[in-house]
Amino acid sequence: MRHFLAGLTLALLPLAAPTSASTADQVTHFTLDNGLDVVVIEDHRAPVVTQMLWYRAGSADETPGVSGVAHFLEHLLFKGTKTMEPGEFSATVARNGGSDNAFTSYDYTAYFQRIAADRLDLIMRMESDRMTNLQLDEADIMTERDVIIEERNQRVENSPGALFREQKNAMQYLNHRYGVPIIGWRHEMEALDLDAALDYYRTFYAPNNAILIVAGDVTPEIVRTLAETHYGPIAANPDLPERVRPQEPPQLAERRITMRDARVSQPYVTRSYLAPERDSGAQEKAAALTLLADILGGGQTSLLAEKLQFQTQTAVQVGASYSGLSLDDTTFDLFVVPAPGVTLEQAEAAMDEALITFLETGVDADQLERIKMQFRASETYARDDAGGLAHRYGQALTQGLTVADVQAWPTLIQDTTAEEIMQAARDVLDHTQSVTGWLMAPEVTQ
Amino acid sequence: MIRFVLSFILLLAALPARAEIEVREITTPGGLDAWLVEDHSIPFVALELRFRGGGSLDPEGKRGVTNLMVGLLEEGAAEMDAQGFARASESLAADFNYSVNDDRVSVSARFLTENRDQAIDLLRASLVEPRFDPDAIERVRAQILSIINSAQTDPRDIVAKAFDGLVFGDHPYGSSLDGTAETVTALTRDDIVAAHQGALARDRIYISAVGDITEAELAALLDRLLGGLPETGAPLPGAADPNLPGGVKVTDFATPQSIVAFAQPGIDRDHPDFFAAYILNHILGGGGFESRLMTEVREKRGLTYGVYSYLADKDAAQLWMGSVASANDRVAEAISVIRAEWARMHTDGVTPEELENAKTYLTGAYPLQFEGNGPIADIAVGMQMEGLPTDYITTRNDKVNAVTLEDINRVARDLLDPEALTFVVVGQPEGLDSTLN
Repeated sequence: MRHFLAGLTLALLPLAAPTSASTADQVTHFTLDNGLDVVVIEDHRAPVVTQMLWYRAGSADETPGVSGVAHFLEHLLFKGTKTMEPGEFSATVARNGGSDNAFTSYDYTAYFQRIAADRLDLIMRMESDRMTNLQLDEADIMTERDVIIEERNQRVENSPGALFREQKNAMQYLNHRYGVPIIGWRHEMEALDLDAALDYYRTFYAPNNAILIVAGDVTPEIVRTLAETHYGPIAANPDLPERVRPQEPPQLAERRITMRDARVSQPYVTRSYLAPERDSGAQEKAAALTLLADILGGGQTSLLAEKLQFQTQTAVQVGASYSGLSLDDTTFDLFVVPAPGVTLEQAEAAMDEALITFLETGVDADQLERIKMQFRASETYARDDAGGLAHRYGQALTQGLTVADVQAWPTLIQDTTAEEIMQAARDVLDHTQSVTGWLMAPEVTQ
Repeated sequence: MIRFVLSFILLLAALPARAEIEVREITTPGGLDAWLVEDHSIPFVALELRFRGGGSLDPEGKRGVTNLMVGLLEEGAAEMDAQGFARASESLAADFNYSVNDDRVSVSARFLTENRDQAIDLLRASLVEPRFDPDAIERVRAQILSIINSAQTDPRDIVAKAFDGLVFGDHPYGSSLDGTAETVTALTRDDIVAAHQGALARDRIYISAVGDITEAELAALLDRLLGGLPETGAPLPGAADPNLPGGVKVTDFATPQSIVAFAQPGIDRDHPDFFAAYILNHILGGGGFESRLMTEVREKRGLTYGVYSYLADKDAAQLWMGSVASANDRVAEAISVIRAEWARMHTDGVTPEELENAKTYLTGAYPLQFEGNGPIADIAVGMQMEGLPTDYITTRNDKVNAVTLEDINRVARDLLDPEALTFVVVGQPEGLDSTLN
């Protein structure tokens, strides 16, 4: 019964830290003269290649007032360039048996294609073309703006859990742009225009702000030659702004939010704490928090499951998550879905009691060893998924880490001690630095 | 430049990638058939098991019992309670996933070569000797009741329920395999034990393994893993008789965006026109941004984030299905555009260029699926359930390429049925009333 409450807002992150001495053997890294970072991940088992182009620019790099423009621009990159008709990019990939898509997050925007390995030249030519030659007209803008508003309807407006998460994030981040949804606030999305999109494009889309990742049946030599042919001629942007965002002030008081929505049948409580992220050359604390999340809420044998689902029947589901991949301060998250007859107040109290007990009693050595074993195995399983490895390098390199940091991570996880985990727990699980959320149905009035 | 790029593409398109997957069919000493792709490059194995039947095996009045049973397989087995089982699988870093849908119970496993025997013993315990402890039953029952409760106010679940009820009525497909609060609450341990005996039997099993294992090792492993299962299981349900009267059925639910499921009768995978219909669907609504529905509903009008159609080939029914979601004040227009495209394709068929583009996409994309042990194992077990031979991997693209413009446009006329196209809408759509024919 793992993952049984699919679609719950706080989906648990996978355990995998999918690199290791063995996966590192597959990886080559170099930088072109114009600043484009290139990472090649070799996997010659199938004649397939994945190209991913990651920009170090996401929604948290937007100018206040135009929330959603990073994601809007991502959609608009599938419109035309000086030499490609609108829609021709994807149609060309499809005619060659490939698939393509893109995604936007707080810290990055990425475009990718998966195609037969002998078509790498074609997709590099097209991806490099739209780095500089985007050509948009007003009609494209208006129709596509309707599309992203429908996307917001689908992902957010139709889901009380997603609306709740937006409200909770806004409360978590008083000053940082992580408090603004990636897709944008609706009222600002409705006013997005061509100027806003092009302003973002001209500021951030440049080779010295991008990482090219090519994974699959390729060699570093071929990738270098093709990258120099297609991306090499593009000039670096000398005016690329330094990536410094407004940071959070110290949090001095706990924050609470209660949201009611008639579409909620199953209430739940969430708790998040501001937490440090993985920093280049200093990932130890993040490694401890990664293990802490598994100890507290990573499955049937986790502390919260043990206390709230097995010893008592307080909850039907619990979980903890922490993602150290973030440019600025991230969060450590917990959730509890109460059993029938248990109030959110009782569920929250039980969660807090379990945390207090944990801080007093410490880490179970056997549990820690099992978790570390799973991390070791995840390095083996990760070698089966070159696309997944591409994703990990892209996330890391757009969020302040280096290839060396990614490759050091599995060893850091294994070397983390129980005492380091407890120190991280004491530092992060501080009530005054928390946001607690209750999502529930409206009160019934007689 | 546009012309240059195009000629370049045509040149490349003549050389599609080929999947070089060597599938071996084996039969174990114990009489189990399995497909093996041996590949020693990474020290683990991906194993896929399927048991035909799934949620549709639920006896009358016991709706949800197969689902509850599957949820309990990893909640205690042999001498281990639920947490003992979890600790054991964590210690081995073996991943076991158990799931159920209308037509099958699926077990997906991956395990390291270094502790393969222990992992298989553990998996065996969960399949052959699940305990169904009373406390585990109550814990999982509560989780399922929570899911059933949540589904009552989730528009995606509401549309699925409304669609299934309308189209499939009293057939098991006509209701959620989760069951209802009433049926799930009433299920007993005896019901669960019977469901286990009925669903996980050797007469309905399909097996594939990919990775670091030899033929002899796999044969011994499978006999140990599955030898203790009963020889025969519960009878499979009969064919459904889908009710697709055409028109619109609206279920009122207060949410900003209406969600729509639509369908007309489909086609069996064994039918000689299946590949023509498959390509036709790709052009209509199956692909990415290039399909007619995406072009007309999303790209030209901005009415939705996504609109899709697909051939649903279930064991007991074949449907041609689709989905779309649009704001309440725009969904009527989205439905009207879908209807118009359905009728246009029925009447006029597809163009030679559309057929050619669809063929190059489908034949080029096919070999790209065979990347990684897990995906290959999944495809291999799915092929067995469809009754396809191992050489289908090499002949499949020829079947796609053999479809002519004449074939596909005949199938468009014969099979596409705008009159039968039935829309089920959940939301508060403006200008749209229930008008089932």
